[in-house]
Amino acid sequence: MNKMPAAVFSRHPDPAWRGRVTAMVIATALLWPMLVAGEFKPWILFDAKSLAATGRFLAAFFPPAHSGEFLWLMLAATWQTVAIATAGLTLALLGAIPLTLLATASLSVSQLESGRMRLAGAVVRQTARWLLVLLRSVPELVWALLFVRIVGLGPTAGVLAIALTYSGMLGKVYAEILESSESHATESLLRNGGGRLAALFYGAWPAAASELVSYTTFRWECAIRGSVIMGFVGAGGLGQRMDESMKMMAGDEVSTMLIIFVLLVACADLVSTFLRRRLG
Amino acid sequence: MNSSRRSPPPAVEFATIALLAGLLALVCASFFSLTIRWGELFGADARRSALEFLSGFAPPELAGSFLAGIAKGILETLSMSALGTGIAFLLGIALALPASGRFGAAARLGIRLVLNILRSIPELVWAVILLIAAGLGPFAGTLALAVHTTGVLGRLFADALENLPTDAEDTLRINGAKPLAAFFYAALPQILPQLMSYTLYRWENNIRAAAILGVVGAGGLGQMLKYHLSLFQMQQAASVIIAMLLMITLVDGISFWLRRRLTANPSAW
Repeated sequence: MNKMPAAVFSRHPDPAWRGRVTAMVIATALLWPMLVAGEFKPWILFDAKSLAATGRFLAAFFPPAHSGEFLWLMLAATWQTVAIATAGLTLALLGAIPLTLLATASLSVSQLESGRMRLAGAVVRQTARWLLVLLRSVPELVWALLFVRIVGLGPTAGVLAIALTYSGMLGKVYAEILESSESHATESLLRNGGGRLAALFYGAWPAAASELVSYTTFRWECAIRGSVIMGFVGAGGLGQRMDESMKMMAGDEVSTMLIIFVLLVACADLVSTFLRRRLG
Repeated sequence: MNSSRRSPPPAVEFATIALLAGLLALVCASFFSLTIRWGELFGADARRSALEFLSGFAPPELAGSFLAGIAKGILETLSMSALGTGIAFLLGIALALPASGRFGAAARLGIRLVLNILRSIPELVWAVILLIAAGLGPFAGTLALAVHTTGVLGRLFADALENLPTDAEDTLRINGAKPLAAFFYAALPQILPQLMSYTLYRWENNIRAAAILGVVGAGGLGQMLKYHLSLFQMQQAASVIIAMLLMITLVDGISFWLRRRLTANPSAW
């Protein structure tokens, strides 16, 4: 290695080292203001007081809390989390399906006839799209925060937050799926005088059903994760319990809940894979 | 009656019917067990208080000093997401080496399990846990993003490494290069574009996540939102929400534009 002829290799083993060093310097110069703005102080972690608090908290993780009463409580909370996700997604579907019908361009009769939409249709369609954008741009956690203020603590806020955010997401993606799937049957139906609903049910829906179903189950999985997170702002379920235990620094309860949560996510993953295979 | 002959409807398997019935039962059970207070939601009282609540938002606070505070919040949010993603990129590569089976099958399984756990706990839950060690503020949020994203990226990087043909690396190894050098000069340059695209995609996600992490006290715009909402300063809260929406929309727009440019013309890389 050391006896390379100087004529062939430069003295440095890495021929691109100049470029790399320059890139590093520029990256550091860009990074510096971010480190300041993000209050990036890793030494806080090794501060004696914070180490002691973390140590106490983590030491309590084992053994996880496993009294019968606590496990029953957890079972109820877990069910509530799943129920919030399921109910929220059902309401989201009720909102998303009409909006999808309005927003999907391939169900436009006027576009099919003349190549362009009538003005009224275009306006309605665009309004529906903007509504969908607005619904899904506000993060679910922010919706949950607002609803907790309106309807009070508890699962109602979580259900509403999921319903609003997910109707936006589902509506947008449904419209995209319907527009990008095979449109031949839909078009024939519409051209021959079929109604828009008939065209949807007998043309667009069968062509895109498996994709629609698999996206919906994927969203259900996300909703479960989301409903745990919304618990932290008081919207019920496992998250709210975790928040309470965290405030009491009860490490054993937190560790049980983390285990339950990881298992819950894994189960939801399995169920949604199964549903996708079965219904897709 | 029988003049129009119809073909029989397609047979539906029993299992499918059972499955659909099960889904329906799940939905019904969910609604019944939750005791949603519809009355409170749609009653005249509720409508009035909701309207009152919403009208409190207008007009959004637009004073110069407050907007400067929001700008600082946005900068904090962006820094958290960028730093968190950067740390996760480095840790992801470091963990992808054992997770792609370079240090034996046992290490591969072990590290993959760890990555799965890191990944399945959401950023917000990590933030709540890390608040104990890192204290209130953006640092806890940065760490939370880093930990969760390490799980995501580590797994993706490991898969990318496993799918990579090993010819180039083998050649270097056979000719006497050390394993790490062979990785850095043969494997890494080949998968780097893929790793970068995964990382940028996660960064986009993390900007959105960083915006709300503050709700539990981990810095950024979310912390401002929580603060003003809990003091019932609705006008300020409205400004923060609007800033959040603008930031998320802008990031979405930029990434959409970039992706379309990059996919429309691959030679522009």
